[in-house]
Amino acid sequence: MTTINPCSAELPGTLGEAMPFLCRGAVVTLQSTLGGSVLAIAIALVVGLMASSRLRSVRGVARVYMEFFRGTSVLVQLFWLFYAMPILTGYQFDKVAAGILALGLNLGAYGSEVVRGAVQAVPPAQREAAIALNFTPYQRMRHVILPQAFVAMVPPMNNLLIELLKTTSLLSVITVADLAYQGRLLVNSGSDQLIVFALMLVIYFLFSYLITLLMRFVEGRAGRLVGRERPRRRRSAPAVEGAR
Amino acid sequence: MIWDWDWTLQILPDLLTQGLLVTVQATLGGAVLAFVLGLFLALLRRSRRAYISRPVGAVTEFIRSTPLLVQLFVVYYVLPDFGVSMTALTTGIIGLGVHYACYTAEVYRAGIDGVPKGQWEAAVALNLPRHWIWLSVVLPQAVRRSLPALGNYLVAIFKESPQLSVITVVDVMGLARELGSERFRYLEPITIAGLFFLLIAIPASILIRRMERRLDH
Amino acid sequence: MTTETQPGNASPAEADPQWMIRFDKVVKRFGDVTVLRELDFHVRPGERVTLIGPSGSGKTTILRLLMTLERVTSGTIEVDGQYLSHMRRGDRLVPADERHLRQVRKKVGMVFQQFNLFPNMNVLRNITEAPVRALGVPRDQAEAKARELLEMVELADKADEHPSRLSGGQQQRVAIARALAMEPEVLLLDEVTSALDPELVSGVQCLLRDIAQQGNLTLLCVTHEMRFARDISDRVLMFDQGQIVEEGDPEQIFTEPTHQRTRDFLQAVLGA
Repeated sequence: MTTINPCSAELPGTLGEAMPFLCRGAVVTLQSTLGGSVLAIAIALVVGLMASSRLRSVRGVARVYMEFFRGTSVLVQLFWLFYAMPILTGYQFDKVAAGILALGLNLGAYGSEVVRGAVQAVPPAQREAAIALNFTPYQRMRHVILPQAFVAMVPPMNNLLIELLKTTSLLSVITVADLAYQGRLLVNSGSDQLIVFALMLVIYFLFSYLITLLMRFVEGRAGRLVGRERPRRRRSAPAVEGAR
Repeated sequence: MIWDWDWTLQILPDLLTQGLLVTVQATLGGAVLAFVLGLFLALLRRSRRAYISRPVGAVTEFIRSTPLLVQLFVVYYVLPDFGVSMTALTTGIIGLGVHYACYTAEVYRAGIDGVPKGQWEAAVALNLPRHWIWLSVVLPQAVRRSLPALGNYLVAIFKESPQLSVITVVDVMGLARELGSERFRYLEPITIAGLFFLLIAIPASILIRRMERRLDH
Repeated sequence: MTTETQPGNASPAEADPQWMIRFDKVVKRFGDVTVLRELDFHVRPGERVTLIGPSGSGKTTILRLLMTLERVTSGTIEVDGQYLSHMRRGDRLVPADERHLRQVRKKVGMVFQQFNLFPNMNVLRNITEAPVRALGVPRDQAEAKARELLEMVELADKADEHPSRLSGGQQQRVAIARALAMEPEVLLLDEVTSALDPELVSGVQCLLRDIAQQGNLTLLCVTHEMRFARDISDRVLMFDQGQIVEEGDPEQIFTEPTHQRTRDFLQAVLGA
């Protein structure tokens, strides 16, 4: 059986017409998703921990950030970063950079809430035990609290990353050539709408599914880390893993 | 000064009347559709007939996994091909409503699952007909449990409504974009639009959090 | 006696007015666990029977089967001459459909350990909802009856109250009134005082004793309160591992049990 390149222009009919463009767009969508995710997770960790701080002022700063970015829509933020901010500061972002920044800031704010909630859900006895063992605050966080909180973060983070993927479609509005952009371009230039939209939706769905699979893997790993599951005896036992 | 106050004062009234009206219509219309349709989807999802519950589950999952923007395109571009012509605003309300119905369906489902088993059993023991068990015992309790989450989705719909500007709806965002493109200067209109959403969304979420706490007691 | 089957088709057992409840070789399994093993037992109309025994012995399952909250794995149950989880089609027995279940449920009422009052209705509505919706009683009539019942359970002043504002004992009394409003012939009491604070237990027990003595209600009661069991019942059944180990009148069971397992059980619960 010969493998068929799904992005080939030699596919029959509308497929051959659309897929090369959609694939190019899909790559941009993946790149912005990845960039946005990295930024969002980094922000979520920092701000989430700040929001769990004992210092009122630190908590306050985190709170303001979170409320601000959760309070407005991404599209407005994106527009502001790309079109409005340059007038104010004289600095013009590249459109992909502006997009990734908006995604990261917005979803990062939601992620902070996830991190804060997860840290708070770690039983206080754990913190007390760590204090009793004379851990430094950093050690407490790094070795006791975070590993446990991490497990609780994964499922809501999965949802957030899917939201982020979906939100990348808004970058098309500032003419980033992502999947949504390429699809709309194809439709405007006369390709069969129904087929193009169906293909776009399916590609987005597959990406969402990919994220879920990835996060499930991470969840399994994280779970094992804190002993939620039987630890594997040996490192190299994938057969057992599959059979379970 | 970089900020143009004259222009600000000139565009502010339009943004806060014309634009606001459309944004409110889109939000409320979308929310009503999402809340009603979501309940039906949740009930279908719980059907004992697999040929109903499975497809409904799959479709809602699919809609939740794909972008609202693309779904708006589908409604906006494809429906007219089938002879359905609507205003952009109606199109947008349907898009928003259907998209968020797939989220509220999950909310209702959790609410229904949260009704204690004892309530069902007591209702059966009292020989209440099945539809009355749903109507007078289960759904009132399930909906009550769902209220805070539904409130959050109301705010979410409000915040996502600017996306309708992409399919030419002239809401606050649409108007801001229009004004901005006239002078090719977006700073003022977009900033005003942003502040507008902030000023409504933040108190709304605080209100909902309070409601949530009250329902917990 | 009302039966759904054609007169010519009724078996002797079905026409027999001697039994209100009849279990015939009833088996109930949950997965691999057998809760009831070929259980046979009969209850006469108006009889008051208490089921005792260690937890997990299948007592509550019997009540839940009678209330059609569970279905038998095999065997048959009859209530007042009607098959409960089966119905006749021609000369075969087939699993009961919803209509048949609703028909036989009319005869049975149940009071739960956790009261299970509907939190979205006030006390009065809790009592009237089922008569109005299930029996089609006009609302004003149902309300008059409900107020009478509330009078009887000494909560006449709480009709408009929300259930959550009542004490556990008061809630359970409302639940009893609610069950009685449906005028059942059989009343099932599932550990009705177990969830109550100790000081509220006796009020509910007194009420049930009165109800037991007044009417010709058939009572089936699961309890861990041996005094209550003794006060309320004509007959006590001792259960263990899904079977009846011993039965007799309360005096005999509680003072001179013949079976070792009954003695062990009584010793454990009475702390003697």
